[in-house]
Amino acid sequence: MPEDLNWAIGGEAGDGIDSTGKIFAQALSRAGRHVFTSKDFASRIRGGYTAYKVRTSVDRVESVVDRLDILIALTERTIHENEDELHEDSVIIYDGERSTMQDVEVPHGATALEVPLKRLAEDAGGAIMLNVVALGAACEVTSFPIENLDESLQKRFGDKGEAIVENNKQAARMGQEYVQEEYDQSFDYSMETTDADYVLLNGDEAIGMGAIAAGCRFYSGYPITPATDVMEYMTGRVDQYGGKVVQAEDELSAINMALGAARAGARAMTATSGPGIDLMTETFGLVATSETPLVICDVMRSGPSTGMPTKQEQGDLNMTLYGGHGEIPRFVVAPTTVSECFWKTVEAFNLAEKYQTPVFLVSDLAMAVTEQTFSPETFDMDEVEIDRGKVVDEDEIDAWLDEQGRFQAHFPAADGVSPRAFPGTADGAHMTTGLEHDELGRRTEDTDVRIEQVDKRQRKVETAREQENFDYREFGDPDADTLVLSWGSNEGAMREGLELLDEEGYDVRFVSVPYIFPRPDLTDEVAAAEKVIVVECNATGQFADIVEHDVLERVERINKYNGVRFKADELATEVKQTIDSDSGTQEVEAE
Amino acid sequence: MSSDVRFTDFKSDKQPTWCPGCGDFGTMNGMMKALAETGNDPDNTFVVAGIGCSGKIGTYMHSYALHGVHGRALPVGIGVKMANPNLEVMVAGGDGDGYSIGAGHFIHAVRRNVDMSYVVMDNRIYGLTKGQASPTSREDFETGTTPDGPKQPPVNPKALALSAGATFIAQSFSSDAQRHAEIIQQAIEHDGFGFVNVYSPCVTFNDVDTYDYFRDAIVDLDETDHDPNNRDQAKDKILESDKEYMGVLYQNEDSVPFEQREGIDSSMAEIPDGAPEGAMDLVREFY
Ligand SMILES: Cc1ncc(C[n+]2csc(CCOP(=O)(O)OP(=O)(O)O)c2C)c(N)n1
Ligand code: SF4
Repeated sequence: MPEDLNWAIGGEAGDGIDSTGKIFAQALSRAGRHVFTSKDFASRIRGGYTAYKVRTSVDRVESVVDRLDILIALTERTIHENEDELHEDSVIIYDGERSTMQDVEVPHGATALEVPLKRLAEDAGGAIMLNVVALGAACEVTSFPIENLDESLQKRFGDKGEAIVENNKQAARMGQEYVQEEYDQSFDYSMETTDADYVLLNGDEAIGMGAIAAGCRFYSGYPITPATDVMEYMTGRVDQYGGKVVQAEDELSAINMALGAARAGARAMTATSGPGIDLMTETFGLVATSETPLVICDVMRSGPSTGMPTKQEQGDLNMTLYGGHGEIPRFVVAPTTVSECFWKTVEAFNLAEKYQTPVFLVSDLAMAVTEQTFSPETFDMDEVEIDRGKVVDEDEIDAWLDEQGRFQAHFPAADGVSPRAFPGTADGAHMTTGLEHDELGRRTEDTDVRIEQVDKRQRKVETAREQENFDYREFGDPDADTLVLSWGSNEGAMREGLELLDEEGYDVRFVSVPYIFPRPDLTDEVAAAEKVIVVECNATGQFADIVEHDVLERVERINKYNGVRFKADELATEVKQTIDSDSGTQEVEAE
Repeated sequence: MSSDVRFTDFKSDKQPTWCPGCGDFGTMNGMMKALAETGNDPDNTFVVAGIGCSGKIGTYMHSYALHGVHGRALPVGIGVKMANPNLEVMVAGGDGDGYSIGAGHFIHAVRRNVDMSYVVMDNRIYGLTKGQASPTSREDFETGTTPDGPKQPPVNPKALALSAGATFIAQSFSSDAQRHAEIIQQAIEHDGFGFVNVYSPCVTFNDVDTYDYFRDAIVDLDETDHDPNNRDQAKDKILESDKEYMGVLYQNEDSVPFEQREGIDSSMAEIPDGAPEGAMDLVREFY
């Protein structure tokens, strides 16, 4: 378990919580410390509680825990919201001169540092910098060299001019000095720095970066939390590589535009979240029957309906697996970590083009908003491979023309994959349609042709099963009696949970599954275990259901659906209780 | 593009299953003529079709083509054109497809002004689902689903287009082969979104908006002193709800297509074998 420190800043939306948190996270990352961030936010622009949390250590951090060491509270509510995570060594920094913070009660014997944030900020050049004063105070408490803040302040405010940057540096120092002078005690916290150079990014950014690296040139989408960051990341950047981001009028348009671009030969993607996926559903079948390569990304949030837009959930698994009428051959890939968001996106484009099918890239809010540090080589661009599948050009097209010289875009090849001619290719003109069609793309209701084409499309999945490595990631003790299975962003919490369990003498094997369809065969793994527990952020256990379906055996479930991601210590406790219980389903109570 | 392309090169070997006499035959012939006339060939042309009797057009033509889902043809066309501006993109569909289920996309496609043409086969009825009221049906037009008429005024697609900032609005009549082909040709040649509402009678389910009706009612703008570059004149003509016009109602000669404004000038299909040159810069941004 890392020697970690848990830090947070909280206040009202509109207080600059996010940018302040990010400045601090970046400073830590620049100082060679690992960072894992999480956010509590509400679906409103101003007002309402919001917090940015940073867990940091010199070792890698992969999850959040139920503990808060340093809290910058811009509102009294921030303290209440985090009461359970505070402890006797916690330090709370707040502005005791604010009228609303007069009667603050500090819980669990924590230390209260009253720092006149606003007054000091005004002295430094403007009340708006009060958050930065607080950062300076936090540097003092943790003995974190304040110079590290300077670079992130430069990055954040550089555009606004040197004077602003200097004022901010000054504000930070005033916070630092105030604590130094007024509280001549030493605190238990210190933050070592290292020489490591890390990059700090979140899951949405990793998906956008992966898409550009993979040659995606066309992105169309409609804004929705928490997928919008993918779109924002790609906007402007993809242009530098000859591409374009288009903000469509709705998700129906977004997926159809992306489909059009893909048919024109571009690598294309759309990303959305639950309600948007619902709207796109009719087009899933069209993508599959027209055999168009398309990456459709669903960054899940809490549903159903508009649910809790800013809260975590993994409730769309069935939707991406089964959404759409009729039977739709497809792939469903679900990255399990922020860095995997990058690599699985690259893979999604290759799968889409190799098999000319929709590929669902399923991520979730917890990953989308989590920033994590990585060594830059984690995203080694030389490792990116691009496979465009069976694209034929002018010279090769003859092999795919029928006796009448017509291009057989839906030729029922043995592996299920037909040749593909980008529009503009001489002699390649052909029809394609959502209607059942023959090998030329012409509408048909001929019973034999129908069967031939359905079988042909389904064969792609079989071919992919043979050719691709739809594997899982494994952690813990391979011979343990207890097997924990999970998908999506739970991997980090469970990995750390394993260490906690190990300390208490519980041996656990953990398998994290990034491929939902096709997926690895888990029959042997399940058979080898005495107890199988499936961990996921939804109420009904959608992944547990498919595991049971595959292995024809009951599994136990840990489900969390209160909108908050799993925390490592909490998850370890849940697993422990499930192991100790004789049988039956365990569920985490919604908080 | 080869110069010896004839309009029959755009014909597929599939025989249309439209009812004998359906207006869509004429509409399609004019589209093929116009495509050939403007120097296109099937290998550089992409036809996107909607759903309906009208939408079957893609099947009977020969080109790169996609027949999509109901109402969503326009976004597909926009995606195709943006990903490869070298292609000639034509979108076709019915009045139900374009002005009902796809009405939202219509307005936004007009606003976006991508360089493509949009041909709506307006028969003032739902043909393929066997005769229900469409958004352009008359207020008192009796159908199985509207026994006393829709009791709502018909939409005026040209007015919608004009108010959304259209740069080209025209109307034609499928049985006037010569004029129809000319009008479609003008839409293709227009630098931007060329919208043509085509009266394309349904001989099976609409006994009001017939060939005879249109033949009597239609006024050719070429035989009037209408100036299509004058937006006010265009507005007046478009708002005359009791008149049926043929010809270009409005054209903005200064139109600059969206993809040009966005700086897209080449196909997005060409990509390197691995990550693009200098892609590590994408990572370094996160320092
Ligand atoms: C989502 C969806 N809803 C309904 C239909 C059924 N449908 C097929 S064609 C059509 C109406 C077509 O009318 P129009 O666009 O006027 O074309 P026409 O057949 O008259 O040429 C409808 C409602 C469908 N295919 N998809
Ligand atoms: S039903 Fe009407 S629109 Fe459809 S093919 Fe027959 S005549 Fe044409």
